[in-house]
Amino acid sequence: MSTAQLDERIERIVRDEFGRVVAALARRFGDLDVAEEAGQEALVSAMERWPTDGIPPNPGAWLTTTATRKAIDVLRREQHRGAKQQAAQAMLSPTARVTAGVVDERPDAPADDGPVADDRLRLIFTCCHPALAEPARVALTLRLLGGLTVPEIAAAFLVPERTMAQRITRAKRKIAEARIPFRVPQASDLSERLAGVLTVLFLGYNEAYLPHGPELRIDLAAEVIRLSRQLVELLPDEPEPRGLLALLLLSEARRPARFAVDGTLVRLDEQDRTRWNAELIAQGHALVRRCLEQNRPGRYQLLAAINAVHTDAATAADTDWRQIVTLYDQLLTRLDTPVVRLNRAVAVAEIAGPLPALELVDALADRLDGYHAFHATRADLLRRLGRTAPAVKEYDRAIETADNAGERAYLTRLRNSLRPRGG
Amino acid sequence: MTEYLLSVWHDGDVDTINVSDEDTQRMYAQVDTFNTKLQSDGRWVFAGGLTAPSSATVVSPSGELTDGPFAESKEQIGGFWVIRASDLDEALALAREAAKACEGKVEVRAFQGA
Repeated sequence: MSTAQLDERIERIVRDEFGRVVAALARRFGDLDVAEEAGQEALVSAMERWPTDGIPPNPGAWLTTTATRKAIDVLRREQHRGAKQQAAQAMLSPTARVTAGVVDERPDAPADDGPVADDRLRLIFTCCHPALAEPARVALTLRLLGGLTVPEIAAAFLVPERTMAQRITRAKRKIAEARIPFRVPQASDLSERLAGVLTVLFLGYNEAYLPHGPELRIDLAAEVIRLSRQLVELLPDEPEPRGLLALLLLSEARRPARFAVDGTLVRLDEQDRTRWNAELIAQGHALVRRCLEQNRPGRYQLLAAINAVHTDAATAADTDWRQIVTLYDQLLTRLDTPVVRLNRAVAVAEIAGPLPALELVDALADRLDGYHAFHATRADLLRRLGRTAPAVKEYDRAIETADNAGERAYLTRLRNSLRPRGG
Repeated sequence: MTEYLLSVWHDGDVDTINVSDEDTQRMYAQVDTFNTKLQSDGRWVFAGGLTAPSSATVVSPSGELTDGPFAESKEQIGGFWVIRASDLDEALALAREAAKACEGKVEVRAFQGA
């Protein structure tokens, strides 16, 4: 194995284990700052030592042991900060106790922690707590569970590093001060709270899927998919995480075909389907089938099923649009938003033609004005109806409201095909 | 157990708006029921409703007095509870009931210390 390959393998292992290590330390020591700092120090140790010493037989255990030692060091260093320890202690009082720097483990923690008791799952629910602002939830989850660094997260969301560091610090402080609990919600709250976790992952992936900045960030997508896989493993009986994972995999599978060489967005019906990732599609379809067996549909499962219909078609013309409209109808009974209605209208256009679709789209005007996809869809329908002048106007509005350069390039090409340049 | 302040915020002009007796009475009854529940569940520390913000006086460290409430915002504190809860989830669940009972927005903040 080359040095570069070894480094890459070490980095992957360390990232995979980071969340588990931080979560275990958070439960044991009752302080997210200590857990994060010790986890980070263990990570650095691994990066320094493994390339020469070799990867230990049980890397996870090595990291946890090292991080635990570091955490005890950190707590000793901070002994004089008694108030901080008290505050930390309160967060996890049922499972951990820290007294005057002496760590008193409570491995026999009471089992009243909700239906599942994996530390990472507790940490996910803490990071995605509804009392935290949404951007903070995403950042904290990527930092503490995904092991991404603050500069990496800042770059992914195009905010200055200092801003991102403050956002994460503030969220951690709120968790400690407001006593946001470190536990899996009770069964009665689980599905509502789980929906919040799935939103965080979905938002994280969306940022990677169609970034508002100049370049694609493939890593962020991979990280979010990895966290989603973990969530499916941690909550095997819940169908919605599986639906979300399927949705992400089926979206990710199309990534290689989504942008042309010059960075222009390529629409689904114009994509080179041979460039789709067959392995990811197979995985996504298997997950969708598993969801169908479970027969407890939800919004992410339905979105995944819609994507599965698309990825099941060898060519755009083979798409089963009736099935897609049916799935959108089911989705609307659970998630009636203007955006879902807009997407349904796109499918309706394929069955009933552009005119009925345009009527559906126009009905959404007061709620979606200023949303680039609304203007792009409307422009497309007007173009298909041969209404050139209104179509050009609508393309202009779509270009004006689109954040992504590839999408603007694509819309500009369509507009220019209607009207000679400069016209 | 942590103590939390649940403060009730409403439009500062609310005392000049015509609140019919019936509405006020209904709200009082709801808050009463909620208070009784807090007391029987061992959550109650203290609670009270405040007089109109316009009747407030601000005192500065130098002793200077100013008529009216400190915050110049439209929203003013109208009353509060101090409750005991084991964590934020419990406090938020109680705050939901509180907001429903008093028909206003409720801010939740933990007290310092344990």
